[in-house]
Amino acid sequence: MAGVKALLGKKVGMTQVFSEDGKRVPVTVLEVGPCVVLQKKTVDKEGYNALQLGFWPKSLKRVNKPIKGHLDKAGVDSGFRFIREVPVENPDDYSLGQVLTLEDIDVGQIVDIVGKSKGRGYQGVVKRHGFSRGPMGHGSKHHRAIGSAGMSAYPSKVIKGKRMPGRMGGAKITQKNSLVIDVRKQDNLLLVRGGVAGAMNQMVMVSFK
Amino acid sequence: MDIIRKLAYEELRADIPPFRPGDTVRVHVKIRETADKERIQVFEGVVISRKGSGISETFTVRKISYGVGVERIFPVNSPRIDKIELVEQGRHNRSKLYYLRGLRGKAMRHKIRRRTQQ
Repeated sequence: MAGVKALLGKKVGMTQVFSEDGKRVPVTVLEVGPCVVLQKKTVDKEGYNALQLGFWPKSLKRVNKPIKGHLDKAGVDSGFRFIREVPVENPDDYSLGQVLTLEDIDVGQIVDIVGKSKGRGYQGVVKRHGFSRGPMGHGSKHHRAIGSAGMSAYPSKVIKGKRMPGRMGGAKITQKNSLVIDVRKQDNLLLVRGGVAGAMNQMVMVSFK
Repeated sequence: MDIIRKLAYEELRADIPPFRPGDTVRVHVKIRETADKERIQVFEGVVISRKGSGISETFTVRKISYGVGVERIFPVNSPRIDKIELVEQGRHNRSKLYYLRGLRGKAMRHKIRRRTQQ
């Protein structure tokens, strides 16, 4: 299965393991695969090489008809909670309905993990951008406000890209260069050092180098 | 969550005796001096706290060494611990005995001695 550059998975949670020298290592547990190939995209037809993968089966009753037809084309008899494309070098090495698992991953390998951070809602600049806060007492009326935004006579307008309050989180976050601490191939588990963005059971994409 | 618990069970140690804050223990710690040389150091003192649960549980041992209070925090399930000996069971009136840090000598001994032995 060499050539697939990413697999789909979900975040299970965090725990710790002991390394060989007895140190505690914080790890995030990811359940990666089995992923089923649903569609092959080629340079000739779509203009790029990719595989469409499905992960985490769900009942066919929960699938709408357009997707059902798509699944029938791949000859798959279950629906999927997550369907995403991953880049691949040569799509013709794979067949529709083929199941991809964590076979080629080794302990000590470096992977990138793409996830979606937890949504924080509408947040002010102190939490969202790390602005410093004004004094809360001593007659101060400047608590957590943005402060000056457009300066004075010059330029007298807010410069584009000024960091302001707004929706925080819920963005695509790539955790680069995560170290693989352990691989449990029979359980489809991948243990990577440190944290991964997002909530439990959220989809992650593990990409290999 | 069950997957996490299953992973933790694999590393939990069954050979650690039950002990509580107030107990006096001897912790045999493996110390690696060079790559292939290992020796065991014993740290004896009073357990003043146990915190956390499962694989992340730790305990704090306090002793007075040459008149200076020394505390070490160990993970309960650490593979660096060779064994833990329970020297003496103490009296435990609370789960965190941080107040022992302010006591010396006899006053400290009085606090942790078992009431039945008095």
